[in-house]
Amino acid sequence: MMPVSGNELSKMTIAEARDALRGGDVTSAELTEACLSQIEGAGALGAFVHDTPEIAREQARAADERIKAGDAPDMCGIPLGIKDLFCTRGVPSQAASRILEGFKPEYESTVSGKLLEAGAVMLGKLNMDEFAMGSSNETSVYGNAVNPWRREGDEAPLTPGGSSGGSAAAVAADLCLAATGTDTGGSIRQPAAFTGITGIKPTYGRCSRWGIVAFASSLDQAGPMTKDVRDAAIMLEAMCGHDAKDSTSADLAVPDFEAMLTGDIKGKRIGIPKEYHMDGMPAEIEALWAEGRKMLEDAGAEMVDISLPHTKYALPAYYVIAPAEASSNLARYDGVRYGHRARLAQGDGITEMYEKTRAEGFGHEVQRRVMVGTYVLSAGFYDAYYNRARKVRTLIKRDFETVFADGIDAILTPTTPSAAFGLGEMTEADPVAMYLNDVFTVTVNLAGLPGISVPAGLGSKGLPLGLQLIGRPWEEGDLLNTAYALEQAAGFVAKPQKWW
Amino acid sequence: MLDLTYDAPEPKVIAGAKHDWELVIGMEVHAQVSSKAKLFSGASTQFGAEPNSNVAFVDAAMPGMLPVINEFCVEQAVRTGLGLKAQIHLKSAFDRKNYFYPDLPQGYQISQLYEPIVGEGEILVDMEPGIARKVRIERIHLEQDAGKSIHDMDPNMSFVDLNRTGVALMEIVSRPDIRGPEEAAAYVVKLRQILRYLGTCDGNMQNGNLRADVNVSVCRPGAYEKYMETQDFSHLGTRCEIKNMNSMRFIQAAIDFEARRQIRILEEGGEIVQETRLYDPDKGETRSMRSKEEAHDYRYFPCPDLLPLELEQAWVDDIAAHLPELPDEKKARFMADYGLTEYDASVLTAETASAAFFEKAADGRDGKLAANWVINELFGRLRKDGDKDITESPVSPEQLGKVIDLIKSDTISGKIAKELFEIVYTEGGDPEEIVEARGMKQVTDTGAIEAALDEIIAANPAQVEKAKENPKLAGWFVGQVMKATGGKANPKAVNELVQKKLG
Repeated sequence: MMPVSGNELSKMTIAEARDALRGGDVTSAELTEACLSQIEGAGALGAFVHDTPEIAREQARAADERIKAGDAPDMCGIPLGIKDLFCTRGVPSQAASRILEGFKPEYESTVSGKLLEAGAVMLGKLNMDEFAMGSSNETSVYGNAVNPWRREGDEAPLTPGGSSGGSAAAVAADLCLAATGTDTGGSIRQPAAFTGITGIKPTYGRCSRWGIVAFASSLDQAGPMTKDVRDAAIMLEAMCGHDAKDSTSADLAVPDFEAMLTGDIKGKRIGIPKEYHMDGMPAEIEALWAEGRKMLEDAGAEMVDISLPHTKYALPAYYVIAPAEASSNLARYDGVRYGHRARLAQGDGITEMYEKTRAEGFGHEVQRRVMVGTYVLSAGFYDAYYNRARKVRTLIKRDFETVFADGIDAILTPTTPSAAFGLGEMTEADPVAMYLNDVFTVTVNLAGLPGISVPAGLGSKGLPLGLQLIGRPWEEGDLLNTAYALEQAAGFVAKPQKWW
Repeated sequence: MLDLTYDAPEPKVIAGAKHDWELVIGMEVHAQVSSKAKLFSGASTQFGAEPNSNVAFVDAAMPGMLPVINEFCVEQAVRTGLGLKAQIHLKSAFDRKNYFYPDLPQGYQISQLYEPIVGEGEILVDMEPGIARKVRIERIHLEQDAGKSIHDMDPNMSFVDLNRTGVALMEIVSRPDIRGPEEAAAYVVKLRQILRYLGTCDGNMQNGNLRADVNVSVCRPGAYEKYMETQDFSHLGTRCEIKNMNSMRFIQAAIDFEARRQIRILEEGGEIVQETRLYDPDKGETRSMRSKEEAHDYRYFPCPDLLPLELEQAWVDDIAAHLPELPDEKKARFMADYGLTEYDASVLTAETASAAFFEKAADGRDGKLAANWVINELFGRLRKDGDKDITESPVSPEQLGKVIDLIKSDTISGKIAKELFEIVYTEGGDPEEIVEARGMKQVTDTGAIEAALDEIIAANPAQVEKAKENPKLAGWFVGQVMKATGGKANPKAVNELVQKKLG
């Protein structure tokens, strides 16, 4: 189905747009204008926080020329949104934090740079949780993004998830064709699940972290958030690859992921980990998971019950390691060189400058994590917390290695323990309740594995639900193909009703 | 090659009011790695550049910037380790040391706490001929330097210069094997010498490229031996660390002051508080900087931006195979090959440049004579000439060698040689040609000397009579002959003739 009218253009997938661009059926300028007008009318979603229409139009013009010349890569002319965590040259890049007020980098992150080099068009920067710390996009200095989905018969605004909430909302609402996200503990997959889109976090080291504002360096990975699995394959290929500027980037060839999407998963062994059955998990999640199992089985995969025994320790370990690294990564925001600096009183010295700047510049959740991280690294507590968490991390990694060594090709789990929740619903709660959103996703970051969320059905209130597939390290192609088979079986085509 | 053996020096003993005390000293030397680029960025390390001009994005800790290890700095650290006969760790790792300061943009220093690149080694610290202290090296690790805060340019503001930020340092940590202020200074001298031989640090202390933190404690005689037997630190006193010393003189003065301060406290029944102190060279005293309680909690943890550093043995072996000759070896070789005394060999090998100068000047010649000329004449002359370095010597080794040849062949006397040297030093030129052109050749022709002597005898009959009675007066005739020949007569030949004619 090829959308034809101007209003419909932003609904295209990357693959559709690519083919239409190459076929001369549409121009990047037209696609870009369609997206810009959608963005203009979608202020209520709070998805875009810095629009860059001039840059977008200029890039679209250049892309159209390149397409005409006939040497255009897949991403050429595709209008994208870029998460605010990516540093983009000359464009505000604030990680949704007050402390980076006014910061415009003089450099372009490797990942956004690769997309731009491939001819992609940047529409603007997308909302997120401050420093990617959050699961609801409510910790953003710009205010929250809103999920384009609503519960049936209920106008209460819902979270698009987080931290890549703006990216998810923008893609789900067809404000852009796709968006970049980053995922430290589930920040691509959970919002993808909450908004009915596809999001993949590749193997740690697949995408360069250079130029992405660091949250937890050993866990952070960039990835695409797209309308379907094929788009995820196309866009991921453009984003990843070795980067000498990131020592943790892997020097591995990037396969043609799209070519691996055959949909044939016959004989694949897919594990169902028993530890992911959580007490109090909603019936609709259990039901979706069971359906997913059935779908893959019907597609010819062999479903295997497996055990990942250290799963229950993953969340506590994650909430030690991530804040520990964050407390150090965020030390550079001190008001000395860039971003926000507090007004000082007469007689204030450097300590007051640090304290006031950081108290004003960081929101509560960021402050909480900086303090937790500082605590777990401090003398006398280091072994009890940080070192123990690192050991747990090794055990979790080993759990996965064991099942993969036993011949498991992928693992199927729910992406989240619930559908999207209401904005404000969780903010009053114990922060740990919010952290529980990451319960199925953090293991993947701790183990450095690729994980993808695919929309697999609607819950009882008409909200999208996602299933997560976890793959072997560096085998994103195989993982995407399994996800593709699941996507075809699930046949998820629902779209949110436009209310914005 | 000579196998030199040394006796350990006596430890310094300080007499307190009540009893004797000994010193125990350990050093942490920060040596700036000689490298054009910083440890984790491509920014230049050039000294004295415009403030904040040698700063890469990662040095300024811009958001999202990542460190990438400079392989050459790793090579330099390995070279240093090999030069100190130390264990090279094929696997090491970087950690973050977290603290806030405006000249530390990242809010942490990348260092190597848990797994340093170099392990145990040793340095032979020469005190005097035949006497040397073997000081054990505990470890060497690579780390980033901080920038510079400038507080005195404006009454209300502080300024920060990030040029030094991220420059590679080697922290070279010794065991507490140093037993006195002189040994401590000698340790730094020897370490500096080895680093300069290796080309891994220029040793420029004035620019802060080599600075030392000195850990000082005092103990009663006998306690240190117990420590050495057991390696149990409880036998030693509580130590204080004197930070950031960049002069040999201050190191000695600070240790001396600090030891006496500790002794006074202990003899008055007090306790030493472990703390960090600063030396004030104007007042000649150390002052408390921060106590153990106030010490920073650096929250060290493995730097997640860097993979562990893994080296291949073959790569290390290749560096080892290309190490230059080191001071101890060179000194022993000079003693063996040129017959030099340990003292002369030490003086000549203090710097590679002077050793190389000597070797060229001594090539195919009398080594001892060459050593005397280099040490006494050339070094002396350079000192008088505004303390010039050997590399700035106006006399080349070839020129000096020719001067030596002229002495050896009896072409010129020692006295004329000094005049010749001065001419070569100030005016330049080929010594042989100068001697020829200026008629400086020694007269060994006995006929000419005899003619001159005969003339003097004929003109001074009274002196001849006196000299015959008192042979000691014969010297007067020698002097007259030398004067008559313009100093060029061979003194030996003159003496013999005078003896013969008057004797």
